[in-house]
Formats: sequence, C-alpha cells, structure tokens
Amino acid sequence: MISPAVLLNVKEASRQFGGIRALTDVSIQLRTGELIGLIGPNGAGKTTLFNLLTGVYEPSRGEITLNGQSIGGKKPYQICHKGAARTFQNIRLFGEMTVAENIKIAYTQHAKYSIWSSFFRLPGYLRGEKEIEEKTDELLAIFRLSEHKDEKAKNLSYGAQRRLEIARALAARPKLLLLDEPAAGMNPNETRELMNLIRWIREEFDLTILLIEHDMSLVMGVCDRIYVLDQGKLIAEGTPDRIRNNRAVIEAYLGQEA
Amino acid sequence: MPILRKLGTFWTFLASSFVIYGVIQLLISTNAIGDVAKTTIIMIGINIILTVSLNLINGITGQFSLGHAGFMSVGAYVSAIMTLDFNVPFPLALLIGGTAAAASGAIIGIPTLRLKGDYLAIATLGFGEIIRIIFLNTEYVGGAAGLSGIPNKTTWLWLFLFTLLSVIMIQNFIRSKHGRACIAIRENEIAAEAMGINTTTYKVIAFMIGAFFAGIAGGLSAHFFYVISPSSFGFMKSFEILLMVVLGGLGSTSGAILGAIVITLLFTALAEMPELRMIIYSASLVLMMIFRPGGLLGTKEVTLSFLKKKEGNPHDIASRSA
Repeated sequence: MISPAVLLNVKEASRQFGGIRALTDVSIQLRTGELIGLIGPNGAGKTTLFNLLTGVYEPSRGEITLNGQSIGGKKPYQICHKGAARTFQNIRLFGEMTVAENIKIAYTQHAKYSIWSSFFRLPGYLRGEKEIEEKTDELLAIFRLSEHKDEKAKNLSYGAQRRLEIARALAARPKLLLLDEPAAGMNPNETRELMNLIRWIREEFDLTILLIEHDMSLVMGVCDRIYVLDQGKLIAEGTPDRIRNNRAVIEAYLGQEA
Repeated sequence: MPILRKLGTFWTFLASSFVIYGVIQLLISTNAIGDVAKTTIIMIGINIILTVSLNLINGITGQFSLGHAGFMSVGAYVSAIMTLDFNVPFPLALLIGGTAAAASGAIIGIPTLRLKGDYLAIATLGFGEIIRIIFLNTEYVGGAAGLSGIPNKTTWLWLFLFTLLSVIMIQNFIRSKHGRACIAIRENEIAAEAMGINTTTYKVIAFMIGAFFAGIAGGLSAHFFYVISPSSFGFMKSFEILLMVVLGGLGSTSGAILGAIVITLLFTALAEMPELRMIIYSASLVLMMIFRPGGLLGTKEVTLSFLKKKEGNPHDIASRSA
C-alpha cells in the first residue's frame, strides 16, 4: 500500500538496450518534500534512470508512479504536465531565444489561450501574455537573471545558463524537480551558492527534489537521503553519514581492496 | 517622428501598408503602369504569402519541407472548382481552398513529421509530387491540360487584403506562446518536449497553418492567370519558394518578404533572356551562400521598433551553426 505522502515510487524498474542491462530492478521512493541524492560512478545508470522518470525512455520492466498515477511509458510532455520537470546534464537551453523566452516556454502549458486568439490578438491572448510576462519577471528576479532578460540564452555565462535551466524547470510548476548534475563545471564558490539556492527553492516552491551529482560535498551537504547506483543496480540507500561509511559504496568508487 | 511613436508599431505598419496600397491602386487605375508591371506586383503579393507561410514551417519550426507547391496546388484547384462549378463568392472560395490545403497538410504532416532533416525533406517532396500526379490523372480537373477559363477575380484590392492578413496572422502566431513553442522545437526538440510542449501537435499545427496560406496563395494565383495545370506546381515551384525564403533569411518574416520581392523582380527583369535566367539565378545564389550564408537579412528582423523604446527580438536562426 502506497502511503499518500509518497510522491515518486519506482518499483523494480529495468531498462535494457539490446543485450545491455542499463538498469536492473531499481526501486526508489521519494516522499513529498524530500531532497534525495542519486550518485554512482560513471556509467552506473543515473541518467538512464532520469530518462525513465521523464519519459525519454520507456522502462523495459517495472512500474513508475508519480503522485499515485502511473507515468511509465508516458511521453515527456505528458510527464511534465503531471508535475515533474528536469534539467539536463549537458545544458539544453533554447540558444537563439532570449532568456525571458526560455522561461516563457515552460509556462506554455499553464497559460490557456487558443491559436485563434493568437492570430488576431484577442483579449484572451493579451490576458495570457500579460500573465506569462509577470510570472517570468518574478522568476528572473529570483534567479538574478533580470538584467540578462533580453539576451540570447547562448550568450550567457556557464553558471548563468545552469541557473536559467533550473529557473525554466521551475516555470513548469513541478511537484518533483529532477536535477541532472547541476554543479557540473562550477567552481567551489558557485557550487556553494548553488547548494543554498537548491535548499531555498525547495522551501519556497514546495518541491521534492531528486539530484544527480558528482560533487560529493554538494550531495552530502544538502541531501536528506542518498541512493547509490553501480552498474545498473542499487547498491546502497541511506543518510549521507551512512553512505559515506558504506563498504559497498567505497568499493564501487575506489575498487575492491586487493 | 513623434506622431508615429504615439501610434505604435502595429498601426504604423498598417498605415504604411495602406499607403502602399493607395499608391499602387492609383498607378493601376490611371494606367500609369503596364500589364507587365501589374503582373509583377500581383506575383510579388502571391510570393510573399508563399514565403511567409513556408518560413513558418522551415524557418520558425525548423521542419524542412519541400512540398509547398503541392499545398498551393490544392488551394488553386479547390478554389477554382468552387468558383467555376459552384459559383461560390471569390473570398469564400479562397478560404475553402486554403482549408482544403490545410487538411492535406494534416494528412501529409501526421505521418511524415516524425522524420527529421533530409528525410522529412524527401518525404514532403514525394508527397508534393503525389498531389501533382493525382491532379494530372483526374479527368474532372482537366488532367494534364488543367483547368482553364477560371474567372479573373484577383484584383489588386483582394491581393493586398489577403497578403496583409496572411503576414499579420502568421506574425501574430509567431509572437504568441504557440509560436514560441514552435521556435523551441527548432532550438532543442528534447528540451521543448521536457518542458511540456507537445512537439508532434505543434509541428502539425505549423504545417497546417503554412499549408492553409499556401492554399490561399494558390487560389489567388489561379484567379489571376485564368489557367492552372499540374505542371506549374512541380518540384521547381517548391524549390523556388524555398529559395526566396533562404535568400531573405531563414527564420525571419521580413526576410521572407524581402526574398519574395527581390526574386520576383529578378525573374521579371530576366524574362527577356530565358537562356541567361537560370545561370544568373544560380550564380547569384552561389555568391549569396558564399558571402552571406544567413540570407539577405540574416539574423535580423526589420521592425519598426525604433518607434518604441527598445524591444524587438528577432526570431532568427541564421547564425545557428547546424
């Protein structure tokens, strides 16, 4: 029986690519409001799991439910509508669009006006656009991107692009936020700043967050619990302290003692 | 120009459009310009509708379509049949033609838009040819000889109104959340999908809107030239429209309009020397691709935004490296 507090429930999900088992019987549970880390050596299947959760791939076996509704095999945009938004490991912004427009894209599903009212700029269009504009400005202010509003996204600095990706994901108004290596390529200062930002948005936006990260100080610093993947299998789960001293985890990262 | 500033960009655009309309109307009614010039003006209008609508599919949504002449022919044939056989009023016949073209756009778009890049181009090319072959083999529409005796209803007034409406509607669409969704698909399809954009739906919508206006353009051209035959809607026609869009600047509406004007004028100027025409034509294109691969306007959208404080954001892709 799933208790109502469980937001994301992954039950024995597996994914095969031809003969390669990228994920084998992975089960994880996220309760509402938790900040969970997902770590593992390169090629452990972290991003594959993300892709299953966001509908890029269909699970070969197993069940995934978000808020009690099955999302396994649903299309990415449907999963986004159900309340899960993500960022990407290799930044995927809409480069030629402005910073503000990047965020507006995520509001598309929330502003309801028809194609007809956009053809003729009917009142519905004006209302909808005004609402999008206001929400976008709020979000830009929060992420300190207001001054870059009309710049092309591709011209932003690396750190600002990472921030914009998170802001864009939040614009979709998710319940579950999936962050794929948000600190990749950041210096220690930026990472610390990002840590604070993640903690803050979790409170402010009432989020449940699943975080893939290689930066151990970040993961250990912010996460309530951590799941460890190795070679497609879950090898450990627990609080940062327990994970730090877990023999299986140490072996996965450093290799077996001779 | 403080008065213009007060009016705002849209009304200034509209007012200057009507000034252009008035001037040309005056030239026509006083017989100051000959038939060749008049035909050129009408062709420019028709080509503007074609390029702006193709730009929505190719430049804005980033779906490389080579079937625009096919949609144009559907609009031309259907509207011609409407006025010839059913005595439908001209503007209504145009709308019916456009709707039929949009329907064919949906029929073609739904199965092919899952393809990407060159595969999509080849599939749309094939479908364009299929439409042509269907008309070629249908007795009811005159087979290879085509339809003739279509009433000459395309006046400068109708042409102007439909061109203006097409440009405004398409541009309004581009500057709405729906248009932004289309640009997002062009920029990064995976991210667009992850941000809640139903990419398949939006691709089909862009395809249908593009096809609708191509159909309108087809109807206008059928009711200007009296005669339509399948041979005038072949691959070369699609290619010609694409050329205008690329020359003007893929992804920019004003570029599409400029491309339509330049190429149509070039065509008329070279009509005297048909042997040289294709050579000059191709040579200018090669030079263009060498020196300005982004098109005449390249990344820019010509706007009246100097009237505003500072706005204006060109939806362009010319500087995109892909």
